[in-house]
Amino acid sequence: MSAIALERPRARAVAVRRGLGRAALFVLVGAALWGLWEGYRWLWMREHWTWPFLVTDTAMPHLHTIFQALWDPARPGGPRLISLLFHSALFTAKEAAAGFALGAVTGFALGCLLANFRMLQRGFLPWVVASQTIPIVVIAPMVVVWLNPKLPTGLQDWGAVAVIAAYLTFFPVTISTIRGLHSADRRALELMRSYAASEWRILWKLRVPAALPYIFAALKISATASVVGAIIGELPSSIQDGLGGQIINYSQYYTIQPTGLWATNVIAAALGIGFFLLVLLAEKLIVRRAPENLV
Amino acid sequence: MSVVAIKNVTKVFGETTALQGIDFVIQEGEFVSLIGPSGCGKSTLLRIIGDLIQPTSGTAMVNGKPARQARIDRDYGIVFQDAVLYDWRTVAKNIALPLELARWDRRRRAAKVNEMLGLVELGGFEDHYPWQLSGGMQQRVAIARALSFDPSLLLMDEPFGALDEMTRERLNMELLRIWEASGSTVVFVTHSIAEAVFLSTRVVVMSPRPGRISDVVTVDLTQPRTATTREEPRFFELVTAVREALHLGHDLEQAPA
Repeated sequence: MSAIALERPRARAVAVRRGLGRAALFVLVGAALWGLWEGYRWLWMREHWTWPFLVTDTAMPHLHTIFQALWDPARPGGPRLISLLFHSALFTAKEAAAGFALGAVTGFALGCLLANFRMLQRGFLPWVVASQTIPIVVIAPMVVVWLNPKLPTGLQDWGAVAVIAAYLTFFPVTISTIRGLHSADRRALELMRSYAASEWRILWKLRVPAALPYIFAALKISATASVVGAIIGELPSSIQDGLGGQIINYSQYYTIQPTGLWATNVIAAALGIGFFLLVLLAEKLIVRRAPENLV
Repeated sequence: MSVVAIKNVTKVFGETTALQGIDFVIQEGEFVSLIGPSGCGKSTLLRIIGDLIQPTSGTAMVNGKPARQARIDRDYGIVFQDAVLYDWRTVAKNIALPLELARWDRRRRAAKVNEMLGLVELGGFEDHYPWQLSGGMQQRVAIARALSFDPSLLLMDEPFGALDEMTRERLNMELLRIWEASGSTVVFVTHSIAEAVFLSTRVVVMSPRPGRISDVVTVDLTQPRTATTREEPRFFELVTAVREALHLGHDLEQAPA
């Protein structure tokens, strides 16, 4: 016992050092990518290479001008671009979060259902896979046309987008849930049988906890996919309030002001990373596993 | 009343006859070891007693009931070679698992978990996770979990097989102390002759292909067993007796049918 108690402060020191190391690595890789962009730009412009494309200030603006653009007014006398994009990002985040939640719950429920009934799994899984081969840009307008008339005013437009985001979210969760529910140790199942536990309680006390690392691995994929889904979903529903609207807007002005579109991309990426980190945090709080057993 | 009654049990897996014509009875309070080489069906027999698998023919009764009913009534606790602790549960929560399934309320559970922690001498470790414990400690948690709901029968499938010799001997002593304290009946599967003799009141010697009982050695060492039991001449005589019974079983296997 004392041995374990003694290890605690040392473990914390190791964790802090590891955290610092990671942060340093993150900055280092960021700087390297920055250097790569600027170096490529410089070389291609100097040599006037045209393959794969001619590098100009429009095609590849200086990275610092992109970040600069965030602090400049979006239009003369208007608010800063970053505050404009921040509000758009909030709107898209709402759609993505709702879509993520809907997709995660649907994906999990579907996974539980398919994992418990082999026949269903054999019959339905190919169709679940097929559902993901249809491009989201095909599905998105249909979902908007189908759902929008039925949605209450509070959910109008963005509710349909959330459903589109959910469509991109549920699939990895379903696949990983099926896999995870079957990952429970054979002995652990025998133990449950020895306690005469019902299937329902085996599901909640053994199979689901055993599946959590798999499910969280999927949720991490789904977190970023839900943001992409929300942005794409905004396009056919011609929603102007989100990042999708801004992307359409700035791509029209690309030749005049390329930094606007790039800045929007930066914010969209930040939103995706934010979603990912939230899932990572939830995983750290919820999933208790031996370090070597984490997926 | 007998705690375990096996009558003419045969178990066939596909082409292999794992057990053939097994007959034996275990009385209340006995500590019975099943010993034999790999493939003699000792673990299979244990699982039949626990109704984790069903015999091809014959009957297994536990506490005068069919094994299936005994399992449903939670008449036995089981310990495997691996502790099979749930990674996501603390020590206390692992011990409480069967109590949760039996729908004990929170207060009763906490009191019982405390008692079990004392029994296996793991006080202070209730909030640790399994991976923070040594193999021996994990196995003690598994024993505490198996005994937490006071089953009359404890089934153990090579519980100390994966541990080092020192830990194994210490846990043997602890198991005997727990056995005396709980008054339960134990069926213990092992590879180790010395362990079987040291722990048991009777050693059932099994031989393979097909799995059957080749001999039963009654262990008349004085109770309670102590650290010096292993040095008594009688201990060595019994170890020799079991070893010879094992070899005899082996010879039977070699002999032409």
